[in-house]
Amino acid sequence: MFGYILRRLAVAIPTLLLLIVFSFLLMHAAPGGPFTQERALPPQVLANLEAKYGLDDPLWRQIFDYVWRIVTDFDFGPSFVYPDRTVNQIIAAGFPVTLTYGLLSFLLAVLVGVTLGAAAAIRQNSWLDYLAVGISIGAQVLPNFVMAPILVLVFTLILGWLPGGGWSFSDPSFWIMPVIALGTSYMASIARITRSSMLEVLGSNHIRTARAKGLPPRKIIMRHALKPALLPVISFLGPCFVSMITGSVVIDMYFSTGGIGKSFVDSALNRDYAVMMGITILVGALTILFSLLVDILYAWIDPKIRY
Amino acid sequence: MTRFMISTALTCLLALPAAAATVAAGDELAETQQYNFWLLDAIKTTDPQKNTDVEGSDILRQLFEGLMNEDQKGAMVPGVATEYTESDDGLTYTFKLRPEAKWSNGEPVTAQNFVDGWQRAVDPATASEYAWFMELMNITNASEIVAGNAAPDTLGVKAVDDHTLEVTLTKPTPYFVKMVSHPTTFPVLKSVIDEKGDAWTQPGNLVGNGAYVLTGHNLGVDITMEKNPEYWDAANVVLDKLTGITVNDQNIALTRYEAGELDRFQIPAGQYPRLKEQYPDQAISLPYSCSYTYLINVSDKGREELKDVNIRRALALGLDRDIIVNQVLQGGQKPAYNWTHWAMEGFEMPDIAMASMSQADRTAEAKQLLEAAGYTPDTPLNLTLNYNTSEDHKKIAVVAQQMWKPLGVNLTLNNMEWKVHTDRMQNQDFELARYAWCADYNEASTFTDYFRSTGKNEGKFNNADYDKLLDEAVTSENPNDQYKAAEAILAAEQPLIPIYHYAKVDMIKPYVKGLPLENVMQSWYAKDMYITKH
Amino acid sequence: MTMIEHDKIKGMSDRMAAAEVRGRSPWADARRRFLRNRAAMVALFVLAGVILFALFGSHFAAWSYDSIDFSVMGSAATQGAPSMANGHYFGTDDLGRDIFARTVQGTQISLMVGIVGAGVAVIVGTLYGATSGYVGGRTDQVMMRLVDILMSIPYMFVLILLLVIFGRRIEMLFLGIGLISWLEMSRIVRGQTLTLKNREFIEAARAIGVPSWRIIIRHIVPNLLGVVAVYATLLVPLMILTESFISFLGLGVQEPLTSWGALISEGAGTMRYGTIWQLAFPLGFFCVTLFAFFFIGDGLRDALDPKDR
Repeated sequence: MFGYILRRLAVAIPTLLLLIVFSFLLMHAAPGGPFTQERALPPQVLANLEAKYGLDDPLWRQIFDYVWRIVTDFDFGPSFVYPDRTVNQIIAAGFPVTLTYGLLSFLLAVLVGVTLGAAAAIRQNSWLDYLAVGISIGAQVLPNFVMAPILVLVFTLILGWLPGGGWSFSDPSFWIMPVIALGTSYMASIARITRSSMLEVLGSNHIRTARAKGLPPRKIIMRHALKPALLPVISFLGPCFVSMITGSVVIDMYFSTGGIGKSFVDSALNRDYAVMMGITILVGALTILFSLLVDILYAWIDPKIRY
Repeated sequence: MTRFMISTALTCLLALPAAAATVAAGDELAETQQYNFWLLDAIKTTDPQKNTDVEGSDILRQLFEGLMNEDQKGAMVPGVATEYTESDDGLTYTFKLRPEAKWSNGEPVTAQNFVDGWQRAVDPATASEYAWFMELMNITNASEIVAGNAAPDTLGVKAVDDHTLEVTLTKPTPYFVKMVSHPTTFPVLKSVIDEKGDAWTQPGNLVGNGAYVLTGHNLGVDITMEKNPEYWDAANVVLDKLTGITVNDQNIALTRYEAGELDRFQIPAGQYPRLKEQYPDQAISLPYSCSYTYLINVSDKGREELKDVNIRRALALGLDRDIIVNQVLQGGQKPAYNWTHWAMEGFEMPDIAMASMSQADRTAEAKQLLEAAGYTPDTPLNLTLNYNTSEDHKKIAVVAQQMWKPLGVNLTLNNMEWKVHTDRMQNQDFELARYAWCADYNEASTFTDYFRSTGKNEGKFNNADYDKLLDEAVTSENPNDQYKAAEAILAAEQPLIPIYHYAKVDMIKPYVKGLPLENVMQSWYAKDMYITKH
Repeated sequence: MTMIEHDKIKGMSDRMAAAEVRGRSPWADARRRFLRNRAAMVALFVLAGVILFALFGSHFAAWSYDSIDFSVMGSAATQGAPSMANGHYFGTDDLGRDIFARTVQGTQISLMVGIVGAGVAVIVGTLYGATSGYVGGRTDQVMMRLVDILMSIPYMFVLILLLVIFGRRIEMLFLGIGLISWLEMSRIVRGQTLTLKNREFIEAARAIGVPSWRIIIRHIVPNLLGVVAVYATLLVPLMILTESFISFLGLGVQEPLTSWGALISEGAGTMRYGTIWQLAFPLGFFCVTLFAFFFIGDGLRDALDPKDR
């Protein structure tokens, strides 16, 4: 297991490098540069800007310097579009926000999703089952850019319970709508997965045996059924978390939360090479880390798996 | 604009008191004096010399104060300067600064602070994207410094003493004084910049001389400012707290406005009539000094067909601007047949034949012109329109496409983000391009200069008579004659298809007082504002 | 937005490979089971309806998808409501364009995105996975390591970058979506190929000197069809959801063409302005179609993998 983790980490480094080079080249191939302005800049000013950001070096040199600064100083450079800020500052400000509402949505999705899915499976074909299936399918296909404005309308304007946007780490009322808007569709997916795998497990031989032996149903479910039924849920968690980070674009746009999702889209549109690279690397690293964590969790729950 | 000075040198003693908020009789002030305004996007910087955005300028006018401010009607009123004199030849301006002006750290504001700010703007080392503004002001040596051929300290601005600033120009510039309320010309405290580096603009570091200090700035969330006790006129400042709230989606902004979280926001296209009916005292539409157009590329790189003036004229005739204004935008914008915004100070609208035709006649003529050139709906002229991403630009482009189709013009829409759009315009890599020009100062030349052969002029319109007229306008007794003649050339040559003149279409809570509703530049100063009881 | 249960598909592929050993094709049984699955059958009819709508809907539209009804333009809330009288069965958008015709057109694009995306996944994923599994050894290792690497790239970000950089073209969207969708597919296919490749009929083919590529095409791939079909059915709604997100960002199809995502995001913007039909009709089609794909995918899986029930 330990060797496996090491091997996975060893692959992670070339992967990240590849990602850096690939995004770097893509970005520099794009028409329009970071300093494309409504008025073309005087050549001297442009030359100064390019020198300041190292854009006058050959491309291979730029990539090398970029990676070198990250490795030695963990410095992602200054932002091209926000002249007062460095990429480190922008990420340091936005990432905790994204992580906060992202993790909360993740928790919501897993806890509610698993409960709903398991309950539906145990009471298969009851009203509860139909309700759960209905909710999960409906929520799964409702795009969050439709849900977000409805939430603001209901909770901010009509009920007046929650602030319509903004962010504060000290006031959870700012967290609620982002978490609901982001977490609901994943909650639905998890409920669906849990339900069908729970049904499969409940129909399997060892549960039937346990039932025949007269064990109380509660114990059967908690002890014998839930754990194997969760395996498919766990392999879903990795991609789920990553696409939550992507989905945060919608949250940042509708709720003005100031997370990194919006920063990423802005940086791509504004040719803010540095911020774009910084966030891509961050999310790439998270993707790798999370899929590794999920694999470890998986191995822990299912001892049959050998690495 | 009629000259504001006669022929001899003249001291403009600015008679008006530099009034801060004057609370109207009968208005009762609210307990909390807080103003929450809407921002479409994150504020990129609070550095006066590095800012390039309109929203950034709104913030900077609260944090800093220039030589002059604008009053509610857009006239220039004293800021840090109390008076100025202009030399006989119009080449030297001397500003007297008020001695009581202070920075937010208590230091006095001196003429040297302005010199530092202005030199900083042109210094290529600052790499200010608005360095051109100093060139536009015609300050001595500005262009040489920007080009890297002269040292920044050779700029034609000097501190005669602590409270006297002298500016020398390369040529008479009648609108010069109107430019010194622009954020690029704001003073800076150099010692703070030297000490803090690029981080000097962050809350806590930033030292300004405006009526407010920066207390918080969360990128993409909000920016907060509080009253500056060191401001020289702090006693007359009423509003205590300002918050700029970023809401990327205008429809959400409306919801939050109705929920009371925003005091002002911009109405989405097409919603003004409905909101006006629902909130007659809150929905407003004011002239705003920008013009919307489709530029035509008439350069060598442009399409051969578009070099035919008849085709350009046909395209201009074929657009039903009344439909665009009344049925798409619906916000009190005005249909445009010329370039300069109709509300620019002193500008008189020239007579343009196309403006007084009926749309039926225009369409008929357009059809005729295109037919004569061999284009009909069956053998259409294929053209491409570039526009930058925006819901409103998209709507207008779709409408234009449908209006031109029956005339024999097949328009392909090419949507791209701003950076690419700009880049392609600057390289004359377009056929038709959506563009809008906003006034840098309140005088018609800010528009007409665009189409000079040496101007920004991305379509590369080149007309010697046009250039000559504008040269004459600078020293003309009544420059409006020249502007009119210049507009007539544009109307005859049609290097652009004017579409509409902007209006600022906003919702404003009735308890917000002191916004400059009659200033076509829409520059607002929180120090002049207050909130009534509600 | 991943919502495919990879575990189940893997399990299914293992069991299907085993079924082959017993020397009996699962297809006849599967069809019977599928026909008995009521939810899946209803979904199939609904989907057929949506496809017919996309193909022939424009014949019933009174307006074309890009023409503007100038009499309605600008007053959509009062005059643009769904009406049989003026031919706007689903109402109009703010510019006075017919929502019915635009929904038909949007359905075409969205279905196409789904099908092309899934199609690329099927073709590339199957060939890649089958090759990797069949050839084995070093090649297999390298090929699968490459898949691992590609899978840890935040693909939505890369897709956004691609669209920003190469322009907002529909082909780019197809390419971008297709590029990434095949990865998981190739893993599953490889797994099943590994089981298949030691089967007698494969060894027999190899013994008489049939070239490898031919064995892969003629003998391996046909035996993978069940898994591939299920996976592809579940991929389609994923692709449609991805497209809707991209359209929300304004990077999807360009005017005057439209898609479900573009229509829904426009409709969501104006839902408070008394023009709810602008949201309701496209969203209705979108949801119903996604449901249908889910049910059919589940139905197919259950039918092909009897052990599940």
